[in-house]
Amino acid sequence: MGRSPLKWWLKTERGQLVFLEGLGSCLDVVFGQEQREEDVSDLRALFTFVQAALAPVDGDAWQGRVLLLDELGVLLSLGAAPVAVLDFVHYCRVAVCSRLQGNIVVLVHSNEDSGDKENELLVTALSHHSDLILWAEGLATGFCKDVHGQLKIIRRTSLRPGGERDSLQLYQYKIQERNVAFFARGMSAAVL
Amino acid sequence: MAARAGGEAVPAARGRGGAPSFQRKGPPGGSRLAAIAGTRPAVRHGQLLLSTGLPSLDSVLGWCGAGSEEDKYGVYSHLLFKYFLAEGVVCGHDLFVASAKELPTSILKELPAPLLDNCRNEVGEEAAAVKSEDDSMQIAWRYQNLPKMEVNFDISLVSVRIFSLYVTLSARKLKFCVFFLNIAISSILKCVVKHFLLANSNMNCGYARLLQSIQKIIYQEGFDGSHPQKKQKNILRIGIQSLGSMLWDDDICCTENPENAHSITKFLYVLRGLLRKSLSACIITVPAHLIQNKAIMERVTNLSDVVVGLESFIGSERETNPLYKDYHGLIHVRQIPRLNCLICDVSDTKDLAFRLKRKQFTIEVRETVLLHSLEPKRWIMPIYGYMTRHILKLNDMTSHSS
Repeated sequence: MGRSPLKWWLKTERGQLVFLEGLGSCLDVVFGQEQREEDVSDLRALFTFVQAALAPVDGDAWQGRVLLLDELGVLLSLGAAPVAVLDFVHYCRVAVCSRLQGNIVVLVHSNEDSGDKENELLVTALSHHSDLILWAEGLATGFCKDVHGQLKIIRRTSLRPGGERDSLQLYQYKIQERNVAFFARGMSAAVL
Repeated sequence: MAARAGGEAVPAARGRGGAPSFQRKGPPGGSRLAAIAGTRPAVRHGQLLLSTGLPSLDSVLGWCGAGSEEDKYGVYSHLLFKYFLAEGVVCGHDLFVASAKELPTSILKELPAPLLDNCRNEVGEEAAAVKSEDDSMQIAWRYQNLPKMEVNFDISLVSVRIFSLYVTLSARKLKFCVFFLNIAISSILKCVVKHFLLANSNMNCGYARLLQSIQKIIYQEGFDGSHPQKKQKNILRIGIQSLGSMLWDDDICCTENPENAHSITKFLYVLRGLLRKSLSACIITVPAHLIQNKAIMERVTNLSDVVVGLESFIGSERETNPLYKDYHGLIHVRQIPRLNCLICDVSDTKDLAFRLKRKQFTIEVRETVLLHSLEPKRWIMPIYGYMTRHILKLNDMTSHSS
């Protein structure tokens, strides 16, 4: 993705959702007729797009802006260096969180004994800077039909002045067709 | 992979109990989706689903065919590859076969044909014999409750095909395109030099040419809806053999730090984009045992919709292990599809093995080996697999009708 400028495809629904689908956009790049500019190795163009999409427009009543990034590991697969991805996230944080008082939600995959060092680096760095971490993983005991996994909610209160410890909450969940049911550990519907 | 038929999620107001629920806003029912032969509409998430050609694999994966890791000698993955293409031929889908190893036309000559009625009866008789023997066996109580592979869809809606490996499809009905990458030795050297000199990683020429070829076919034949008046809608089944091997001019199988480590992942990303935008599905076999960099395999898995690993016992110490004597290998489901929904129909059993019977390749629940070590003569473990159960059901149906 950092090799040529992408033609951004914007789709606005009721003016509240701006959606960039990488899969669709990449086809225009790879099979398009346009001339490609010099290779770039960072994600500046992507950040420019994000900034433009979230810029306040006169007359709009947006209260809180949320930037959803799904999923950052794909950027590594496409050839971006971890440093470039972290720089991009940093710039987004400044633009969205500090200036626009918004929030950023980032999705990354991770494996326990992963061989992907770049991805692990990304995950570790992002975890350090996050205010809230939602960590969904399978059960340590293996596959279970009634409990699909557990969710750890880590509030990074240690980052705030006062220096308290991070608070950790654990829930278990079961994924249903259109919903996810959360419950305390050991309290799944099958057991009760 | 499945073709997207539209539909968006709209967040509804908070439902009962305070939990927000998403409602799907999409085309009602399956009337519009079921227009293409060989597909089954999944009304739940507005997708068209395809069969892989192996009913037992369908029930494991929920009727979506896609990538598969190659086993060590490529024997069994090649079988799955052929089953996928054969299912396409029988359903009347168009095929695109790409290979760097053998001529695609010779692959197409060896596709298995579906078992015909007289063969089916033969298989049915065998199964009936097995069944009557079972009744007289002492079955350990534990194994009566052994979970069978559940059938997650109504069999009567679908004509399940059983492919025989001894009979091949005749070529007259095949409509296919082929892509054969034949790089002469001198040009391999040139490419190696080029990659050595270029600092940045680039998608290698073999993959780029394959992508161009696929995109051209999708566009020209109208699989992406670009020529709606030309012909009736059909599915394109793409098969790519041994992606990532040296024959595709990729060096990820040679070294742990390959020059163009991102080539294969970029290729898969763009391919996925092409498949999402068209009525097509793709099966890819990858020699995972040769790829030395584990990060690449993880990224390939994350970029795929479905990944199935085949571990064959050929040449390993498990071949002579009595615990595995009835099987030829193990199946590891590494990724299940989650297209347009939070969760898909998949089998509950994860401990799967496969074997190659005289005419068929079957996937079965591997029985636990707990009691096998104790007095094997006394404890008899009936092996139930989806194929066997289906054959029994067919037998019931034919005997009722006669």
